[in-house]
Amino acid sequence: MKKNSKIDEHSVGIVTPQYFTFAEEPESFEFLCGRKLSPITLAYETYGTLNRKRDNAVLICHALSGNAHAAGYHHEDDPYPGWWDAYIGPGKAFDTDKHYIICSNVIGGCDGSTGPSTINPATGRPYGLSFPMITVRDIVQAQRHLIRHLGINSLQAVAGGSLGGMQALKWAILYPGMVRCVIAIATSASVSAQAIAFNEVGRQAIFKDPSWNNGDYYDRHSPDSGLSLARMIGHITYMSEKLMHEKFGRRLQDSAVSHFDFDQEFLVETYLHHQGFKFVNRFDANSYIYITKAIDYFDLGKDYEGMISAFEHVSADFLVVSFTSDWLYPSTQVKEIVKALRVNGKNVVYTDIDTDKGHDAFLVKNRPLERNIANFLKSHSIKDDELD
Amino acid sequence: MTNLIENIGYDLIVNEIPDSARVLDLGCGSGLLLQRLKNEKNVTGYGVEISEQSVSQCLERGVYCYQGDIDEGLSDYKDNSFDYVILNQTLQSTKRPDFVIQEVLRIGLHSIISFPNFAYYVTRLQLLCRGIMPKNRLLPYEWYETPNIHLITVKDFRMFCTQRKYPIKKEIHFSISDSGGAVIRKFNPNISAEYGFFVLNGAGITSSNSVRP
Repeated sequence: MKKNSKIDEHSVGIVTPQYFTFAEEPESFEFLCGRKLSPITLAYETYGTLNRKRDNAVLICHALSGNAHAAGYHHEDDPYPGWWDAYIGPGKAFDTDKHYIICSNVIGGCDGSTGPSTINPATGRPYGLSFPMITVRDIVQAQRHLIRHLGINSLQAVAGGSLGGMQALKWAILYPGMVRCVIAIATSASVSAQAIAFNEVGRQAIFKDPSWNNGDYYDRHSPDSGLSLARMIGHITYMSEKLMHEKFGRRLQDSAVSHFDFDQEFLVETYLHHQGFKFVNRFDANSYIYITKAIDYFDLGKDYEGMISAFEHVSADFLVVSFTSDWLYPSTQVKEIVKALRVNGKNVVYTDIDTDKGHDAFLVKNRPLERNIANFLKSHSIKDDELD
Repeated sequence: MTNLIENIGYDLIVNEIPDSARVLDLGCGSGLLLQRLKNEKNVTGYGVEISEQSVSQCLERGVYCYQGDIDEGLSDYKDNSFDYVILNQTLQSTKRPDFVIQEVLRIGLHSIISFPNFAYYVTRLQLLCRGIMPKNRLLPYEWYETPNIHLITVKDFRMFCTQRKYPIKKEIHFSISDSGGAVIRKFNPNISAEYGFFVLNGAGITSSNSVRP
């Protein structure tokens, strides 16, 4: 096989996932719900070099379906790079020549971190639904164990979109002394009833799949039809109407004439089925229901008795971004975060980027977003140098 | 032309603002003024700007900026939470200038308000002699594309402040010289000055004595 031609001077190249295990017996990790688990493993990847002062680290937080593999390729023949490869690498928005980038799979996930599909050492069987309910706070607290393990006391930035943005906000609130910058993209202090509704329909698709078997399916056929349907529903919410129209319109898959039957005929149908099909090969149905529930429960205003008091003690500087065509995390909701920061007199840049790409606009190439992130990090790095 | 418009009155404003002040610039454009204030006066500055491209430029300059309408969210700020609030060449394009001024005085201890003076003699002559909507370097737009929807004169603004009992701290009306610098017009500024420039004292104007929009 020939060398991967996509590995150029702006790529982090071949990367290897790493694993960190903590809370080993007799210690344990306590979830917000009160349950305790031992041990906990987090899968993570790092790109770039930690400097001597150990202060150039940037933590990247992934969204619902992401994982620790944010950039680069796992091997020479790997057809796809990490999920945020367009943004991470030498000379890119998160410049690995300057920053040490860390990305870990969330607790409850299914890509190497402890989650429902992990074997419970007490029973020798996967946790399944006996896994504790997870919250964004639990995700962040687990990440903090990893960051301390890496010998980092102060993060240059915590960044993420959607659920990743929620984690970044939570980091700034929980550990104000550890976070110098927050980059929160297409995110919210609490999702809307509409977003919860879509998540619930996705979960019901999984629950209604007979193969789901109350979450106990790891030794038999997995609930693929339920999970793929959940993914299809999700995908609709990640795109704008205009993007769907431009991408598919009413075009047919392989003929100019309608067959008048129930086969997938419209291009948009084929696309959604393809997305659902791809997803079941890489994601666990139980992780999907746990993580979507964590998104639904996230509510900073409720947890801190109001949005203003939630952000009262943060010390980080913020870059907050929304997208004009994002109807899942609309600009009006993103602005609520900015409003709370402004009232508290915090340093915040807010921009509403004009795009047709919908909620997923942060996952694809997006020049204004890339430039804004790069400039924000650049101006804050200068400030740090002055502290010497 | 855009460059000329962007720099209007910057020297006067930089002169007026004390070291280490907390400043809010409404309609801050690409953040040039806030960057100057940061460099020359070590201010803590914030901007509000409607255009996405301008906010991007602010980021490039390391200026904190909120993308939105200038009066958006002003009501969130606490009374007197800024030392200076700047409305530079912006007031004439706001929908409700009276409410904007009131809010600016409520949230700022001082405010600097500068605008093109519609009573400037060149503008007057264009309307009087030629009978057309004035178009000059002060008001560089055609009538159908102008963002200036509430044109004011130095005299109008002074009367407005008197009626509302807004204390005027200073008036430095000026014109722009050929070299681009500000020339202060002390004699009959309502005719001789291209731009009105007021410094108002907003310390006494708080939520308890202002009318909510």
